[in-house]
Parts: sequence; C-alpha cells; structure tokens
Amino acid sequence: MIRLEARGHAAAGWVYGAPVLAVGLTLVFGAALFAALGFDPLEALGVFFLSPLNSAYGIAELAVKATPLALCAVGLAIGFRGNVWNIGAEGQLVMGAVAGGGVALALYDVDGWFVLPLMMVAGMLGGMAWGAIPAFLKTRFHTSEILVSLMLTYVAALALSWLVHGPWRDPEGFNFPESRLFHDAATLPILWEGTRLHLGAAFALAAVVGAWFVVARTFIGFQVKVLGMTPQAGGYAGFSQKWVVWLAFMVSGGLAGLSGIVEVAGPIGQLQPTVSPGYGFTAIIVAFLGRLHPVGILLAALLMALSYLGGEAVQIGLGLPLAVTGVFQGMLLFFLLACDILIRYRVRLGGKRRREVPS
Amino acid sequence: MTDAPPPRLELRAIDKRYPGSHANKTVSLALGAGEIHALLGENGAGKSTLVKIIYGVATADSGEVLWHGQPVRVGSPAEARRLGIGMVFQHFSLFDSLTVAENVALGLNAKESLEVLSRRIVDLSTRYGLPLDPRRHVHDLSVGERQRVEIVRCLLQDPKLLIMDEPTSVLTPQEVDKLFDTLRRLRDEGRTILYISHKLEEIRALCDRATVLRAGAVVATCDPRQESARSLARMMIGSDLVAARRTAQEQRPGEPRLVVENLSLSASHPFGTDLENVSFAVRPGEIFGIAGVAGNGQGELMLALSGEHRTPVHDAIRIDGRPVGRLGPRDRRDLGLGLVPEERLGRGAVPDLSLAENALLSGYGRQSLVRRGMIRFSKVNDYADRIIGAFNVIAHGRRAEARSLSGGNLQKFIIGREILQNPRLLICSQPTWGVDAGSAAAIHQALLDLREQGAAVLVISQDLDELFTIADRIAVMSGGRLSSPRAAHDTSVEQVGLMMGGLFDLSDEAGVVHDPA
Amino acid sequence: MIPETDALAALLVAMMRAATPLAFAALGELITEKSGVLNLGVEGMMVMGAVSAFMVVVATGNPALAMLAAAVVGLLMAALFGALTLGLLTNQVATGLALTIFGIGLSAFIGQGYVGTPIEPLARLSIPGLSTLPLIGPVLFGHDAMVYLSLAAAFGLWWFLTRTRAGLVLRAVGENPAAAHSIGYPVRLIRFGAVLFGGAMCGLGGAYLSLAYTPMWVEEMTAGRGWIALALVVFATWKPGRVLLGAYLFGGVTIVQLHIQGAGVAVPSQVLSMLPYLATILVLVLISRDATRIRLNAPASIGKTFHPGG
Repeated sequence: MIRLEARGHAAAGWVYGAPVLAVGLTLVFGAALFAALGFDPLEALGVFFLSPLNSAYGIAELAVKATPLALCAVGLAIGFRGNVWNIGAEGQLVMGAVAGGGVALALYDVDGWFVLPLMMVAGMLGGMAWGAIPAFLKTRFHTSEILVSLMLTYVAALALSWLVHGPWRDPEGFNFPESRLFHDAATLPILWEGTRLHLGAAFALAAVVGAWFVVARTFIGFQVKVLGMTPQAGGYAGFSQKWVVWLAFMVSGGLAGLSGIVEVAGPIGQLQPTVSPGYGFTAIIVAFLGRLHPVGILLAALLMALSYLGGEAVQIGLGLPLAVTGVFQGMLLFFLLACDILIRYRVRLGGKRRREVPS
Repeated sequence: MTDAPPPRLELRAIDKRYPGSHANKTVSLALGAGEIHALLGENGAGKSTLVKIIYGVATADSGEVLWHGQPVRVGSPAEARRLGIGMVFQHFSLFDSLTVAENVALGLNAKESLEVLSRRIVDLSTRYGLPLDPRRHVHDLSVGERQRVEIVRCLLQDPKLLIMDEPTSVLTPQEVDKLFDTLRRLRDEGRTILYISHKLEEIRALCDRATVLRAGAVVATCDPRQESARSLARMMIGSDLVAARRTAQEQRPGEPRLVVENLSLSASHPFGTDLENVSFAVRPGEIFGIAGVAGNGQGELMLALSGEHRTPVHDAIRIDGRPVGRLGPRDRRDLGLGLVPEERLGRGAVPDLSLAENALLSGYGRQSLVRRGMIRFSKVNDYADRIIGAFNVIAHGRRAEARSLSGGNLQKFIIGREILQNPRLLICSQPTWGVDAGSAAAIHQALLDLREQGAAVLVISQDLDELFTIADRIAVMSGGRLSSPRAAHDTSVEQVGLMMGGLFDLSDEAGVVHDPA
Repeated sequence: MIPETDALAALLVAMMRAATPLAFAALGELITEKSGVLNLGVEGMMVMGAVSAFMVVVATGNPALAMLAAAVVGLLMAALFGALTLGLLTNQVATGLALTIFGIGLSAFIGQGYVGTPIEPLARLSIPGLSTLPLIGPVLFGHDAMVYLSLAAAFGLWWFLTRTRAGLVLRAVGENPAAAHSIGYPVRLIRFGAVLFGGAMCGLGGAYLSLAYTPMWVEEMTAGRGWIALALVVFATWKPGRVLLGAYLFGGVTIVQLHIQGAGVAVPSQVLSMLPYLATILVLVLISRDATRIRLNAPASIGKTFHPGG
C-alpha cells in the first residue's frame, strides 16, 4: 500500500527534480514500448532521441520546431497560472496564420519592408481576436473557456480549409488546396545559412524573456498567481478575475497567433489546409513540463521539438507510425503530473493504513 | 456515576503523532454510563484528534480503546456507529442540496426506505423537542436546525455514547438552554455524553466531570461544578491569562466614519442570505459589534463592505461621507479601509504563498510596495518583517508559507498586516474564532489599541463573550436584517440572544431604541 | 408507403445514430462528474474505444466482443486518470488533457494498420411486422443493439441517481466530500468507481463510431465528439434525461448539415461542418448565462482535489 504523507512545505529540490524524473521514466517506458514492438530498445531510443541531432541542420530544425511550441506555451502558462484554461491555442495559431497570411496575399504585389511587420501584427491580432471569443463569453456569460476555446479550434481549422480550397486558392496551383507561395518580402529571413532557422526563433526567445520579467518582477504577475491559487484571496485583495481572463487570452491568443504567422511566413511559406501538427496542443504539455515558468518552458519546448523530430526519425529509420510522437508526449505529461506529488508529499511504502492529516 | 465497572468507554495511553506535532500524549480517559463528561482544552490542545480516534476517523499510533471493558479497534465511523457511538461534528457533515431525510439516511448504517425513515425522524424529533421537517432541503435550514439534523441522525441509532464537538458555538443563548435540556434528558436515559468545549461557564453548568487537555496531554480531571471558571482556565492554559482591558469610552462626537444606509443586496450564492435594509454607523474611536448566528447574512455584509460584492446603490455605503457602494476593494482601501475576513486561509491569506507575498496581498497600495507596476521586493520583505515583529507572529520567518502557521499566528499576521496600514476604519469578521487564548487576548488588545488611536472598528462575531469584552455598541444580525444597536453596558447576553433569534421588536420593547447613527 | 414519411424516418434514424456516441460518452461523464471529478479525457477514451473495438471486430468478427473490448479499454484509460487524480492528487484539468493527447496518439499508433480495412456494420434489429411499419418501424424497431443500450443506460442512470441509496451516496460525495468522508464513506474509492464507469461508457461511445456510425477506422475519427459530450453534461445540468435530449439535438444538427451538404446547397461544406461546434458554443452560452441554475445543479465539489484531511 502506498501512503502519502504531507511534507508541510514544498520541497524545493523536487520542483526541479520531478521533470527530470518524469523524462527518465518516459525513456524507460519508451524503451519497453520499443522492445514490445520487437526493436532493440537502446537502438530505437537512439534513433528517436539522438539521430535527429547529429547534424547542424538537425539542430537548427530543433529550434525551428521549438519556436511555435515556446511561443504558444509561454502565453498559455500565464493563463494556467491564473487558472484560465485556454486549450484552444491551436485554433488561435491557425487564425494567426489566416490573418497574417491574408495580409501577405493581399499585398502580394507589394514589395516593401513593412509587409512582414504588418503580417506579424495581423497574425497576433488574428490570434487575439480568436481568443477574445472565449474570453468574452467567459467574463460575460460564465461559459466554460475550456470548451469554447476547444470548439473554436475545429471552427478555425474548417475556416482555413475553406479559404485554401476556395477564395485563396493559388490560381496557378493546378487546383491544389494551397495559397500562392509568399514573396520574399513576406517571408521571414533565415538566421543560419543552409538551414531553415528563421527570425521567428528570436521572437520566441524575446517572448520567453518578456514573460519571465512579467512573472517574476511585476505586480501583474503576482495578481495572476494569487487569482490562480486562491480566487477568493484575489477578490479580497481587489484583483479582478475578469481582467485576468482577458489578459490570459490576449497574451496567449496573441502569441499563438504570432506562432501561426511565423510558421506560414517561415518554414511553410504559404497557406495550406494544415499549418501545424498540433503545436497548440503540444504547447499545453510544454507549459506544464516547464513548470509554467518561462525558462523551463524554453527547455521543455526543445525537448518536445525533439519528440517531433524523433517521430519522423523512427518513421523513416524503423518504419514506425508518426503517431509515436503523441504517445511519447502523453506519457511524459502523465509522468510529470505524477512526479509532482513528490513536491508536496512524501511517498511511503508500508502496510499501515494511516492517511489522515491533522485538520 | 462509575459505580458499576467497567466504564462504558475507556482510553488507555492513547498516543498520536502527526508530522510536526504530537497531538495526543499518552491520554487516558474513562467515561461512565449516564454522565456528561467534558473534554476541555484550548484550540489545538488535541481534543479533535482524540475524538477522531474514538469515532474511527483517525487511528492511534499506540494505546488501547475499551468498550464496556472489551478492547476494540474502531476502524471507521461505521464501526463506531455499530458499537453505539454517535458524533455531532462542529463543522456539520451535511449536504446542502439534499433533504433532511436524505441527509439522515446517509449517516445510518440501516437501509430503510425514505418514507419509513421520515416517519421515524418526525417521531424522534418531537420526542426530544427538536422539531424537524424531513422533506426540507438542508440549505433552507438555519444553523440551529442543521445541528438538530445532526443530533437526530445520531439519536436514531440509539447511541450509548454521544460525542458533541463544540455544539454551542453556532447557537443563540436560548437555543443553548434548549440543547442542554435535551442533553440532560439523554443523560437521564443512561446515555453517556462526551462534551467538547473551551467555554468554561457552559461546562460548569452542564457537565458532571471534566478532563482537561493541554498540549496533547491530560493535565487534570475534576468535577467542574466544584471549580471556578478561573481555576478551570488556569488548568486549560497553564497560567493566568491577562485579559484585554477596555477603557471607558470617551465621548468623541465626530462624524461617523462608516455609514451603511438601507443596504439591500441579494446574495451572490444561491444558498446565501439576502441583506434587507441594513443600516448602521460606526464612529471614530469606537468598536461596533455585530452579533448573530453564522449564516444570517454576515458573510454577505462582509463582501458588501469590502467591495468584493458591489452594491447597486452607490451611497448605500459611505466612508467619511463618500459614497463607495460601487467601488472595489482597492479603492476602498485607498480611503483607509482595513479588512480581516473570516476565512483566514483562502481569503485573508493565500495558503501556498510566503508571508512576504501575503503581506503584499493587501499592503500593496497604502504601503507603496509597487512602483510603476514593479514589485519592490525589499520594501515587501521589510513590511513582512515589521508585521512579524510587532505582532509576535511565531513562524519560520517571512519566507514561511501561510499554511504552515497555526490559526492564532496567522490571524495575528493578518490583523497586524491590516493594522500596520494605519486604517481609519477596520472591519474584522470572527477575529478570534479557532484561535488559542493567548493570541485571542493579543488580538483583542490590538483592536482596543486601534480604537484608542481614534480608528473606527467594526467587529462581526458570533462569540458574544468577545463582543461584550471589546465592543462599545452591539447590533444583531438575523435573517439578513440588522437590529438597532445598543450600548454594550446597557444590554445583556439574554437580550442579545433574543435578538439573535430574530425577535428584534420584542427586545426593543424591553430596552431603549437607539438611533442608528 | 408515402415517400415523405420514408425521408422523415431516414432523417430521424440518422439523427439517433449520430446522437448515440454522444449519449454514451456524456452519460458516462455525467456519473464521473456527479462524484465530483472532472475528466477532460473523454475524447481520448472515446478514440481508444473506437480503435480497440475496430481491431477486435476485424480479428474476431464478433461485435459483442468488440464492444466489451472498447468498454474495458475505456475503463483502463479512466483507471489511469483515476490513479493520477485520486491517488496522486494531480490536477484534474491537466490530467484529463494529457489523457486526450495520449489517447489520440496511442490510437493512431496502434490503429495504423487498420486504416481502410472494411468491416461489416453492426447489425440492425429486424422484427417481422414491426420494423417494416411506416415511420414507427425504422424509428422505434429498426436500430442496432447499441442504440437501445444507450436509451436503457439513460433510464437506468436516472433511476440509479434518484431512486437508489448508492445514487444518493454518489451525489453526496460529489456535493461535499469532506462531510461524506467524516460520516465514513470511502470518498476516493467511490470516485474511482465513478471514473471507471465514465471511462467504460466513453469506450462504448467510441465503439459505436467505428462499429456502426461510420464502420471504419481513421485517425482522430472522434473529431471533437468527446468535447461536445462534455458540453452536453453542462447543457443537461447533470440530468440523464436531458443528456439524451441534448444528444439527439446535436445529432439533429449534425444530420441536417450533412443533408444540406448532400443537397448541394451553395454554402461551402466547411461552413456547414462548423455548425455542430458553433451550436455547442451557442448552447453553452445559453445555459451558463444562468449562473444560479448551474450552481444549484452542478456537483459542488467538481474538479477539486480531495485528500482526506489534507
């Protein structure tokens, strides 16, 4: 029988130790999974986790994939700290791509330095507008932001699909459901010649630094934290719950929208029916794995980016389905959540039934 | 009383530790048939742990429990009930959205139909003078009626031992008298009652024997009828307590600092109490007490005064003559309002945050702990240290989490945090509820000092002793309405008690009607 | 026979079929939530149910066995959720999300080889004389067994919640776990049971998708139905009968938009496909406007971690 014993205070060591332990457990179970499928577990783990990084191109790809994850997760984490559950970052990402991409297509014949900034702003506004819907319904009608933001993800995907099948389809594209390829003026500059590493990575870093500043130093960060932990105490102190809902959705929607336009103006270069392999959802895992802390999120985004590359690597190298990525991601989040118990409780093995704590 | 051995329940050397506390230290206790036995001790003395062990909610680390001389292991409340042990909890274990009959059914081991059970509830409740309608929903009941549900639920199982945990803290004095009649009747039927309390006068009036617990250990067993309240207090606390002293009120005519005029407000919670035409005024240099049984609108009044629940009529609440009804807590604090809410952990303080961060929680404005949106950490730390020092808060420094403090120390911290902001008006709800006697005295003294300095103080409390100790004027809240206030020296516990039952007019006839301002 | 009644009957039958997976999942989640636990992993449990039912029916050809497998897999998924949230006190929202992400990934992973495999759809009831009656025949007597099972489940759960002692205990645990614990009910065990039941029902809901509604397997074939089921529970204010009503309403929206698409109306198909999601949002807004009503009906402790004494 496993017993939980309250520590009485948070164990600082486990705050950092838990994610490491979770990654370790994921590796062990991942190895078992590969073994069960008849592969040499060490070799398969090597293909999954190490082979993507054995070239400069691979390392740059890691940053390319980590960029949207970090952008989305940094914003989501601010909401999660405040107990605002935006789980529709994927939809906000898509709408960011649509709004920013729309600017690129509208200014298709214009070649100016302002095109790209305009696209970025439009992308952020697109994401914010999509985030404003659940925020408004939550603050005005108490509607669950979880369900509304999630439903809007499907709506956004359908909207994008309609646009690229219909009005925005490339007239010279042989009827493929794709927009025209963006011009150079509407494409993010490459930072590292010979790779796909683009300016968006710098945006992600800036977002991480900015979020760290807000969380650690400002009164806004404190208010979000208090309202997230104990809403009544926030109300007592005079902090506004509605304000935090709006803040969370504007920041996370804006950053998710930015990540969307960064994707289409960067690695993709046009609007396609699908512009993200679920970055907006994976960002939820990234946010938790990073302890809702901006620096942790940066590390977690790199790890999750690796899981995407690893999925591609085992698909090519071992002929396994790409979905193995999702399995690894889900496992990691489970283990992380489970390991978090070590922060507040000691786990004791023993037969005695003693679970109560003084009231 | 214990003429025929063995005793009904005997505890031998019960020991129980929790991480960080030794709750019971080799406690021994014997309860005979047909006695009302008091378990007396301060908050935190280990009374609750001991009864949890008897009732099977907790397990002792070592020691023996004997029932009619036979060693037993009480593994769960259901086993306790099978033995014939019933318990009425201090915090009722009732379900608001269910009916009385459903609530009773949940507490019984027997599986009978609700119709049969309802009839038994009516029979039994009339027999013992505890009238109840089994079809009503619990959220519609008064606190006193809810306690009746708990008692009836126990009595339906014909218990040999009935444990009552602080049963009078939620009752009016008149309800207390009725409850005592019922308890004496149960004793005369040969039942044993274990009566847990820290109220000395009650124990002297009701109990046949008393066991006194201090810091987890039994320090005395006595016949409370032979003791004075003072001697009982000494056993309980271990020393003589210096009670807070109130100087006679100086007449300070000044303009009232807080005026509430015809405040009506519907509750934000469906089970809450609506406020109806509440009017009163608090002047500088006085402590104004609001008495009343919990759940009569005090919570709603507190939210309306703090600004957490805005009032539709802007000038229904005025601070220094300024209408504030539609202002939020932040703006009201800027006008000099200090607030000590009833729930200290979870409203007055964030459990998982440090004391320093909890100092920032309400001190950010008047202590200028924030500049241009940035937290000034050194000022925050300094402020927290000042609170801890000035109010003798026992904690592992300002970095300790609020949840790690005892109730008394956390309350001293919260009150200190509010008082160090030099409030012109301080509003406290249940300032010493669940607080040890030493801290309670310190808190009372701090409130009286604040009054001396000319602040207006409003204390909402269900503890009448507390109000009669510190308040200059007392009004009573009942059913969302507030009585007219009376000078504390000009009224009695009985009169206030009648008003707590809602009899405003009757008591007004007996006394003098005071002007609200 | 009159063609209009035929068309109407076809519409109603299609609506009931579209509603059935939602009804299963939402009824299961209702019981979970009544115990005070919010499991956002409905989508993940459904999609795992769908893939496992499909795999079993391909392997054995036995639909009953497939349904059982789906229920067991849903239950196992829920057990994982229960162990984490109830045993290790993890955040229910985050754990539920993890369950969905994990379920979608794992189902795609194990179902890879089954995409495009044809199967025999679930057999429909055929009672001589009754099933062929106009309108009434197909609507009342022409369904497969799982449609009737979902109807029976709704009735059974209504009876369980309002008429039995176990149902009373379940409601009490969701209302006030601390009180239930102090009277001596094993709160976490009861919640675990409710979570398991919810998982099994979600598994069945998924099985209906891959066995009957669209008899095939494709990745993420639940397409958000798990989330719609969660919304349905709120819409129904935690009442089984209303869950059924809500499911049929959504089934209706889905079928009507499919019919409009089929009729070649000049509205883009994507816009029509948005309708069920938009309808869900609309309904959620309408129902949650009345905060008091939600509060009176919602289990008071929903989503909050309970640790005895802690």
